[in-house]
Amino acid sequence: MDQEITSEQLKEVLQLVKVLYGYDFSQYSEASIKRRLDRFKQMAKVSLSDLKYHLANDKSFFFWLLESVTVNVTEMFRDPTFYKALVHEVIPLLDTYPLIKIWHAGCSTGEEAYSMAILLQEAGLLDRTRIYATDINMANIEKAASGIIPLDKMKEYTTNYQKAGGRGDFSDYYSARYNNAIISKELKKNILFSQHNLVVDEVFNEFQLICCRNVMIYFNRELQSRVIDLFYRSMSPLGFLALGTKESLLFSDKSAKFEVINNINKIFRLKANA
Amino acid sequence: MHKNSAAVVVIGGSSGSIPVLMQIISALPAAYPIPVIIVTHRLRNVASDLAEVISALHRVHEPEDKEPIQAGHIYLAPQNYHLLIENDNTFSMDYSEPVNYSRPSIDVTFLCAASVYRENAVGILLSGANKDGAEGLDVILRKGGRAVVQDPACSQYPIMPLEAIKKNNKVEIQDVKTIVDTLLGLIKL
Repeated sequence: MDQEITSEQLKEVLQLVKVLYGYDFSQYSEASIKRRLDRFKQMAKVSLSDLKYHLANDKSFFFWLLESVTVNVTEMFRDPTFYKALVHEVIPLLDTYPLIKIWHAGCSTGEEAYSMAILLQEAGLLDRTRIYATDINMANIEKAASGIIPLDKMKEYTTNYQKAGGRGDFSDYYSARYNNAIISKELKKNILFSQHNLVVDEVFNEFQLICCRNVMIYFNRELQSRVIDLFYRSMSPLGFLALGTKESLLFSDKSAKFEVINNINKIFRLKANA
Repeated sequence: MHKNSAAVVVIGGSSGSIPVLMQIISALPAAYPIPVIIVTHRLRNVASDLAEVISALHRVHEPEDKEPIQAGHIYLAPQNYHLLIENDNTFSMDYSEPVNYSRPSIDVTFLCAASVYRENAVGILLSGANKDGAEGLDVILRKGGRAVVQDPACSQYPIMPLEAIKKNNKVEIQDVKTIVDTLLGLIKL
């Protein structure tokens, strides 16, 4: 703990990453990225100067750092009550569109996008839905696209699915092979996984629903405002926005453009005329 | 203006800590001027009953991401997130891996409090059955803050206080009544 990095040292490391690799973490939550970097230093068993040396000389070291400092923890049907609200309050309204477009921004390894696909399948809408699932980290995108999930997690996901009001048999959506669950082709075919960086990348389509749950918690307020503005410009009229259960639009200058559909599960909708 | 002798109080607890927490909270005056942040181990993906129990009693609430930390408030770490503290006195939520099998983890919040408030942080660790919080209290002490554990002899589960004492024998050992007196003693009128 005596080697805890200071704010100034953190800034130096992030500046180095930006100059050498083009990733800008300067507007990430300082408490979070400092903690991740402290942990990474301990795990890699390097001093601060070693860390900077390796960053400057070893690209693979940078990708290891990127993997470690970005949070890639996710679950299928995390917060079952959110998915239940989605089924009752959002999906029936999506039914009115001939082509449904959904964006999972910061999808990590894809578990939430697959959860969404299951619920759309059960509502009979998956065939006319395109789910765009994006993440900053290409390693996540590759993993997500593979649709391979450790089998030991499926027990908890099955419970989550049932609590979320799933109407089928969860085991129909994957096949077990050795220690893995492989997501069925049916679910995968309408999901497009691609790289997108919320810090710098722009609007790429128009969506009726944008899900960005527990992603912006790692950003500072300025970057949160930027991302909500990006979402605002990426939404169809009367589109929906879903955030994590402890996130809000309070600090965004676009908050007045949205109405709250479900305050507990943080589902918002663009107002008419917004 | 007289200054309070702490900028923040962080309280951690696990098994057996809820009755003690209720006792401590109800003993604090409504206008207790130092922000109090409570981290307890909670179940994942179930409705938050603890929040209801505690907030029914007092003005406790679960903060949202980037909410400013204010005097006169008692905060409870939401279930399933680590609760971080930023240099600008706001909370951040964190959904990364559990620490000490726990999310929220007491150590995570204690370490943030030590880093942000240094000698102005007071950490209190109550009954519990694992070692979460011991490292955090140690770091609070080493940055010049104050660290208190519930007396293991009167803790329903003494492991957590004992682990903290083992890690750093400078922690103060107090029964619940003395903990309340300590908290009241931090206020300068």
